[in-house]
Amino acid sequence: MTAEPIGTAASGGMSRRRRRQLSLGGQYGLFVVVLVVVVALADWGTLRLNFANWEVAKSLFPDIITIGLRNTAVYTAVGFGIGLGGGLIVALMRLSSVPPYRWFATGYIEIFRGLPLLLIFIFVGVGVPLAFPGTNIPGGAAGQAGLALGLAATAYMAETIRAGIEAVPKGQLEAARSLGMSHGRAMRSIIIPQAFRIIIPPLTNELVLLCKDSSLVLFLGITLEQRELTKFGRDLAGEQGNTTPIIVAGICYLLITIPLSLLARRLEARQRRGQR
Amino acid sequence: MTSPDKETAGGNAVEISGLHKSFGTNEVLRGIDFHVAAGEVVCVIGPSGSGKSTLLRCVNLLEEPSAGTIRVVGADVTDREVDIDAVRRRIGMVFQSFNLFPHLTALGNVMIAQRKVLKRDKAEAERVARENLERVGLADKVSSYPAQLSGGQQQRVAIARALAMGPEVMLFDEPTSALDPELVGDVLGVMRGLAETGMTMLVVTHEMSFAQEVADRVVFMDGGVVVEEGPPARVIGDPAHERTRTFLSRVLDPAAARVGEGE
Repeated sequence: MTAEPIGTAASGGMSRRRRRQLSLGGQYGLFVVVLVVVVALADWGTLRLNFANWEVAKSLFPDIITIGLRNTAVYTAVGFGIGLGGGLIVALMRLSSVPPYRWFATGYIEIFRGLPLLLIFIFVGVGVPLAFPGTNIPGGAAGQAGLALGLAATAYMAETIRAGIEAVPKGQLEAARSLGMSHGRAMRSIIIPQAFRIIIPPLTNELVLLCKDSSLVLFLGITLEQRELTKFGRDLAGEQGNTTPIIVAGICYLLITIPLSLLARRLEARQRRGQR
Repeated sequence: MTSPDKETAGGNAVEISGLHKSFGTNEVLRGIDFHVAAGEVVCVIGPSGSGKSTLLRCVNLLEEPSAGTIRVVGADVTDREVDIDAVRRRIGMVFQSFNLFPHLTALGNVMIAQRKVLKRDKAEAERVARENLERVGLADKVSSYPAQLSGGQQQRVAIARALAMGPEVMLFDEPTSALDPELVGDVLGVMRGLAETGMTMLVVTHEMSFAQEVADRVVFMDGGVVVEEGPPARVIGDPAHERTRTFLSRVLDPAAARVGEGE
């Protein structure tokens, strides 16, 4: 370097680089101190017995997988399926040139995005049977949980799908129409396939959210066989007077959600590379 | 390759009369009358904003005319009763920005409308697609996605995609304007070859040498009207109107035009 570094005089003889090193060193030092204090003060025996009790953990298997994890996956999948189908329909209504469709779609999205998911669960689980005695939502608990999740997911996914459709350049529709495709055909063969490629990352995130929200089924009356991870963990923590079941249930969630998040991030990166 | 439909041969492929088009209060086309005979190559030239792209887009109803009639391959596209999808099948369109379908390979791009619109079976659609890709010199790029192709290659795929439908008229909307200069020649070469087969072509372009060499007729537009039209040797070589001369001097020799303005 030939030029005099700027700011050398102002910082009292200390270069910018030197100051940065000092600041970083201070932060690492603080981190180490906190770590030492935590390790020294924690009662490791009690913690291990309560949070990572091997005997309790072993007693959870295989039911936590065959019932808990399985039901979480089923409720999530049903909710995602309903949300995807419903979201596509509502998104297309939102973009329709027929005003009543747009009104309905806008109303639906605003209502179901604005309500707590728990209220929707209670509505489906308690309200609907009260209002229409004798009605049975098909599929039992899976049907109820899936419907409640799906109703909310429809609203969120409709907005995502609409954004995806609008992100496809206008020239794509023009090219498709000028080849003689009808509007519907162009949407199905050209626009929607591209829109879904664009929204795969946000849809994956939506799947992660649904997986976590399926825990709200806790508030529906469900049988032992219908318990998903959260209820399973809570019930066994109560029965055994130990926190380990909740920890294990938590780990089971992470087994689903972390790979999905990584997948979403990868898809997003791949997409960014694919675009010129 | 399918030859142009004989039903329209000898007649006019495109007939435009009294065409007006406004966007809001902005009147872009102010009364256009002209025609393209079957088998004819017509180049439309003119300064940007003169309405030439809008004119082209009205022909296959990507823009709805405000007034006037347009007959293409025997159908009145301005008639609300007409099945516009059926008419568009017979009109090929090539865009300035290519508009290839990025989720499909070159082959897929050329096949999809054959499959979904013409209901050709897969083997037939693929045969026609390969034939047309070979025709534009891209036989080795069938499985490439648009993002893997250069601009010139993408535009040639777009031409193949339009040709695979067996159109009777081809519309080109500034097909080389988005290309790097060294890629323009390939696309113009394909278009020249197409003109030699007797395809009816309506080309909006800034490539004066192409117009001069390939066009049967050149139409000069300015301010939403046709200022003059005729054989290229006359319109480009010896224009009758001052506006045409001004435009041509700017396009053909930008440096000289600037020097002229500076004096």
